[in-house]
Amino acid sequence: MTAGRGTRAFRLAALLAGFGFLYLPIAVLVAYSFNASRLVTVWVGFSIRWYQALIEDDKFGAAALTSLEIGTMAASIALVLGTCAGFAMSRFRRFRGRLLFGFMLMAPLVVPEVILGLSLLLLFVAMQSWIGWPTSRGIVTVTIAHATFGACFVAVLVRAQLAGFDRSLEEAALDLGARPWTVLWWITLPGISPALVSGWLLAFTLSLDDLVVASFVSGPSATTLPMAVYSSVRIGVTPEINALATVFLAVVFVMVALAASLIPRQERRRLGVHS
Amino acid sequence: MIGIGGWLRRGLIGLPFAWLALFFLLPLAIVVGISFAESADSIPPYTALLARSPAGLETHATLMNYRELAQGCLRAYGNSLGFAALATVLCLLIGYPVAFAISRAPGVWRQLLLFFVMLPFWTSFLIRVYAWIAILQPSGLLNRILLATGVIDAPLPLLYNGFAVELGLVYSYLPFMILPLYGSLSRLDENLVEAAADLGAWPWRVFVQVILPLTLPGIAAGALLVFIPAVGEFVIPDLLGGPGTVMVGKLLWQEFFDNVDWPAAAAIAVVLVLVLTLPLLLAQRFVEGEEPT
Repeated sequence: MTAGRGTRAFRLAALLAGFGFLYLPIAVLVAYSFNASRLVTVWVGFSIRWYQALIEDDKFGAAALTSLEIGTMAASIALVLGTCAGFAMSRFRRFRGRLLFGFMLMAPLVVPEVILGLSLLLLFVAMQSWIGWPTSRGIVTVTIAHATFGACFVAVLVRAQLAGFDRSLEEAALDLGARPWTVLWWITLPGISPALVSGWLLAFTLSLDDLVVASFVSGPSATTLPMAVYSSVRIGVTPEINALATVFLAVVFVMVALAASLIPRQERRRLGVHS
Repeated sequence: MIGIGGWLRRGLIGLPFAWLALFFLLPLAIVVGISFAESADSIPPYTALLARSPAGLETHATLMNYRELAQGCLRAYGNSLGFAALATVLCLLIGYPVAFAISRAPGVWRQLLLFFVMLPFWTSFLIRVYAWIAILQPSGLLNRILLATGVIDAPLPLLYNGFAVELGLVYSYLPFMILPLYGSLSRLDENLVEAAADLGAWPWRVFVQVILPLTLPGIAAGALLVFIPAVGEFVIPDLLGGPGTVMVGKLLWQEFFDNVDWPAAAAIAVVLVLVLTLPLLLAQRFVEGEEPT
């Protein structure tokens, strides 16, 4: 590209500046988790004392388990709902309420979290007085809330993958007499499995990360990890939070890297089978 | 799909439709209802809109919450819209060169760079905002570097003000801008760019007259993905902002959790949704348009 050659230095500078901005705060955060000092800003020496303090702190352990439980359930519900929704939007071009359906699938992606949280809480309170359920707010209500916006993210990924999916396989199977349900289960779903894996993981991490919605819809019985982190961050900056953040980042990094390396392999296998 | 009909089709549409209607649409309707109620010392802490009386059903609706909002909260809406608009522009200015550079990188690098744009999106939002506190505080890293190099004599007030909030917004929402921009740029027809260059257009002119108009859908999608959530942001103004930088999200949180005034919080939410209606409708058009169909 003629215009591109002259701008090579500019492009390199843009990448360095952009990624420096994105990763510098994270690098600082990780570095100070290994600092021996209680002050997060003065480097004294290398130490893992904050990791030891973290292990001994029950508060974060219990909250992490709660978050994992909610995240697993919410991501699984979101996967089912989001796959149905993504499939419906991608394959059924015309049905009553399609416009509204599309809006309900898109809006939770961008609507401010305070609105999602407040509105769901008011729903749960109203439902309690109408039908007596949910009797208390906690893990179940947070799971429902997280499954709702998680489903919308899964739907986006499923739609994108279905758009690039070869329909002739489905049609061949139908022509050979397979029932629609069989085709969906044995051909379409395996074909979009990369979207299903990354969709589940995305819904899971979004659930693990959510502070605002969970704060609204949870009750005293359930404190999620972000809620525990938030309450200690409000008190002040401590290196223990840095250590927790570093562990969290490492887990996410490994998980995302695994998912990223898993997806191409699945695609290769699929191509290998079909070619 | 040919062959899918009947109960399977109804189930695939009906299940998520019913879920979203129950857990997204209905709650919004309830918020609207409660915004007309009065705050009360009861559980739940608001008065019923409908009450039985000897004369039959009576409605108790009040506009009080909206009147109070118009008197005391407009500044927070102004703050929110201003911060979010500036963050959108800054994200575009920073994100466009980055997205452009990624789209022109060799194949293997492109995938790796995209991965690193998305990675922060997978990590904790709260932690990424928290990371800035240690950098910006008076004894923080940035002030230390500036003092040590002699640029300043006394620590700059970088935290708990509008600067910190704006920085936090740009930092947190930058990936949302880069990704749709990259999508648009990677689909750009290279022949048009080359044709313009071959015909003697300077790089700047190629950019303004060819590349920029062709990537407008990506710009619109990115701008909406940054602007809409940024308007209602809570964590960033709460952790990095000060008393002068109250945004709507924080105000709603305070009314709900600190003042336990649910109807006031509901009214704030209703007005916020109204403010965001146009951007939301645009988002349905542009963000969906950016998906391959």
